[in-house]
Amino acid sequence: MPVLGAVLDPLAFPFFVRALAASALVGLVCAVVGSYMVLRGLAFMGDALSHSAFPGVVAAYLVKGPFYLGAAIAAVATALAIGWVTRRGQLRGDTAIGVLFAGMFAAGVFLFSLIPNYVGDLFGFLFGQILGIGIGDLIALSALSVIVLGVVAVLWKEFLYSTFDPLGAEAAGLPVVRLDYLFLALIALTIVISLQAVGIILVVAMLVTPAATAQLVSQSFGRLVSIAIAIGVICPVIGLYASYWLNSATGATIVLVETAVFVIALIVARRPAASSPGSSQPPAA
Amino acid sequence: MIQKTAPTAFQEPAGPDTPAAQPVIALRDVTAGYGDRAALEDVSLDIARGSLLAVFGPNGGGKTTLLKLIAGILRPWTGRVETFGLRAGDAARRIAYVPQAELVDWSFPITVWNVAMMGRFARLGPFRQPSKTDRAAVIAALERVGMIDESRTQIGRLSGGQRRRAFLARAIAAEPDLYLLDEPVTGVDVPTEEDLMALLAIEAESGRTIVATTHDLAAVSRHFAQVVAVNRRIVASGDASLVRDPDILARTYGGHLLVLGERAVLLDDAHHHDSPSGSERHFHEQGKP
Repeated sequence: MPVLGAVLDPLAFPFFVRALAASALVGLVCAVVGSYMVLRGLAFMGDALSHSAFPGVVAAYLVKGPFYLGAAIAAVATALAIGWVTRRGQLRGDTAIGVLFAGMFAAGVFLFSLIPNYVGDLFGFLFGQILGIGIGDLIALSALSVIVLGVVAVLWKEFLYSTFDPLGAEAAGLPVVRLDYLFLALIALTIVISLQAVGIILVVAMLVTPAATAQLVSQSFGRLVSIAIAIGVICPVIGLYASYWLNSATGATIVLVETAVFVIALIVARRPAASSPGSSQPPAA
Repeated sequence: MIQKTAPTAFQEPAGPDTPAAQPVIALRDVTAGYGDRAALEDVSLDIARGSLLAVFGPNGGGKTTLLKLIAGILRPWTGRVETFGLRAGDAARRIAYVPQAELVDWSFPITVWNVAMMGRFARLGPFRQPSKTDRAAVIAALERVGMIDESRTQIGRLSGGQRRRAFLARAIAAEPDLYLLDEPVTGVDVPTEEDLMALLAIEAESGRTIVATTHDLAAVSRHFAQVVAVNRRIVASGDASLVRDPDILARTYGGHLLVLGERAVLLDDAHHHDSPSGSERHFHEQGKP
């Protein structure tokens, strides 16, 4: 059967099986973290942090250190710096993000340009190289995923409360500021996990698109997370197969599949009858 | 990761053996604000257990700031704020705070049930998941506010009155000793206002303390026992009949208030800061309830 063959043939290649496992895992972690992220209005923050990881990746490459460590240090440091600059109150959050993320990305490009014949690997860093993922990478990725998912499993209530109503949560005694910083660190770690799959430029799609799609069709938080996870895990699998048969860039193909699902949901989803988002006017009683 | 206290370790609310003189809320010489702008200056205030107290005054006069100080969300620049004999914020598990409706993201994908369940989150702490006890508390709270039938409804689909009921259910589910409510009856229909205020009156009678901000003077005189008039300072505090005192209203609203019999009309709320604070100082009086 040709369809069965299309599904089974690539599985003969270990690199393809590793890529499947890695991308599904990345999709899962991104969906969970992304669900909180879109509700917190941090989509732009995700984009910024992924770009900020770049100098860390290049530095690790230069000293032949682990790429995960370099990316994690750069992204977490930037996340904390953005949080700190914003909390000082002189600048809006998006302004602080804009300045720091461009600066960090420039630092990465600058470092990279010092490497002779640098163009070759640049593509992999920027757009992902999941077909090149090794068993060691897969183990590192799994360990980081367990950390991120574990933290969310323990603190899902606290994150939900402080996302929905920071004032009420803080008055009830939740450490809202520390939760904010911790969540930024989780975003940074999630980006590190995702870099090899889709690369610096496209990570934000893995984080935001499944959750955004789920938000179009969800009335409750549990449903939002469940749908985001389903999209986040299934789309990379479809995308990988598509890229195998079309011989296209894997990261981009995965993101295109997710984007297609989003567009379909946008068209199909009934517009909620309630007042427009963010409206302060309750509907006439 | 040791969180403050489990519910079992809660102190009992001040019982009959506690001296009545011990206030639930005490502010001493408090000045506080945002950035470099002071929103409240030199505030000293005691609020007794079981009070049903309205904080009224013009927009920007510091009503919400006062509430945030008591909740421990905002730290004073100078002075002390205490709740239940502890520094504000240290008795957080005994406090339920309900924000202004305008500050809530009503498009948030969350149901009435989960809003009410949030009242249980702080006392659960990390690791522990909502139990049968928590669900029973949420059901009881939703029944008390008359929202049990809407428990699966997304909050954006509720009417203005239902939205306030859902948030009051969250506060009740937290089983607090102190309710801090920011504009709880603003923009709600009359039946909701009557229901919510009757409920809060019962809570106050059972020894819980209610502090609510409002700019609805009619609601103040109908439903509250005590009032505090705030306009950057405490203008007056005492019995709810103070809101019928034209002199106090004039001082609170800085002359931008027209009093017509029972009704008070704000003429120009936006310009309440026009009068120099130096002249307001002469009116400054700090009564105790």
